[in-house]
Amino acid sequence: MEPKTYPLTMTVNGRQVTVDIEADELLVDVLRDRLDLIGTKIGCNEGECGACTVLMDGEAVLSCLIPALRAEGRDIQTIEGLSDGEALHPLQQAFVEYGAVQCGYCIPGFIMSAKALLDVNPHPNRDEIKEAIAGNLCRCTGYVKIVEAIEAVAEAGE
Amino acid sequence: MWQAYEIPTSVEEALEVLARYQGTAQIIAGGTDLIIELQEGKHSVDCLVDVTRIPGLDRIEQQGEWLVLGANVTFRQIKDSPLLQQQARVLSEAAATVGALQIQTVATLAGNLVSSLPAADGCVALVALAAEAEVATQNGREWRPVSDLFLAPGKSAVDPRQQMITAIRFPAAGPRQGSAWERIGRRRALVLPILNCGVSLELDGDGQSIKWARLGLGPVAPVPFRAQQTEAFLAGKPADEETYRQAAEIAANEAQPRTSLLRASREYRIEVIKVLVRQALARAVEQAQAG
Repeated sequence: MEPKTYPLTMTVNGRQVTVDIEADELLVDVLRDRLDLIGTKIGCNEGECGACTVLMDGEAVLSCLIPALRAEGRDIQTIEGLSDGEALHPLQQAFVEYGAVQCGYCIPGFIMSAKALLDVNPHPNRDEIKEAIAGNLCRCTGYVKIVEAIEAVAEAGE
Repeated sequence: MWQAYEIPTSVEEALEVLARYQGTAQIIAGGTDLIIELQEGKHSVDCLVDVTRIPGLDRIEQQGEWLVLGANVTFRQIKDSPLLQQQARVLSEAAATVGALQIQTVATLAGNLVSSLPAADGCVALVALAAEAEVATQNGREWRPVSDLFLAPGKSAVDPRQQMITAIRFPAAGPRQGSAWERIGRRRALVLPILNCGVSLELDGDGQSIKWARLGLGPVAPVPFRAQQTEAFLAGKPADEETYRQAAEIAANEAQPRTSLLRASREYRIEVIKVLVRQALARAVEQAQAG
């Protein structure tokens, strides 16, 4: 018997999409494998590294632990939705300028966590920044520059 | 992993779906534990019943002497609730130590109870608060003490293939009552605790002695641990450093932590229990005296 499929309709980076998926697909897999949005990374695949962080209705969540069907009707933002054509998002620009990127694998997750914070709290202090990215691991140990990059955007913001 | 995904809009409908699947469907709330277990193949289900869209289960409210939390209340909501920061600090502080922000945003306290892990921050805090959970079956709903729900590591008396928790409640802090949470882990986020400790207590009318105290500890036993010998010792004792020191010795003795490759040696953990119990008692007393 063919497995039953479910239509999933959600907004991804401002665009409404509908895909037919199986019941047990996770949000990260739908984003990467069905929508080709491979900017969202899979690190540990068990909720311990933050590489798969995306925003769901504005809040940072781990897409490797979200059954995709839970995203029905939700607003999803991924790293691909941040830049405006060739123009980088201020967070992306700051990560480049501050050298906050080494291997880069964890960075989409960090930037999405930082965006979730700045969207609700445009001028966080250093502790608030650290709390917001505590669920993201960087094994190149670049935390200082990452915090500085986010701080720079926080200070420059309106 | 699972072939069907149902999103009921009422508790009754959720229970009906479970009944229809006769034990092969399971409730999923936040899913931060369950998805990992299913991925690891620890058990299998045919259908997940997602209760997160049932209206009305996401409320935190005071009902007379009780604080009542709907089953869909997340750790993030608990951490951010001024009511709970004031009335149930031990739970509010515990919620802030769970996983990391991305976990706290989706994981629920009710799910924490059903996962029934001895280290679970939410469970240990609820033990300290003498909390109860409302368990719904097709025959009706009943309130049960959370301490009765922990059967073994990962095994709850609430069977998520037949039942669901609909609410959690505990007494709101009265006059001269206070609570506090202490936890140590290898880092401050994304790790299970080496040890955690929750305390709630009430002082006598003079504010100088302890009327009663309740202590939860984890992970020191197969289930979230209630330190009853320590509680018995504390009743009627002066609220001072010497009492905290003696209580800490008793707690370390009754808890009997084990050496764990994941966590730390028994010797180290015994010393840590003492520090956490002393600190939690002192902070809870401080809050009780201020309030």
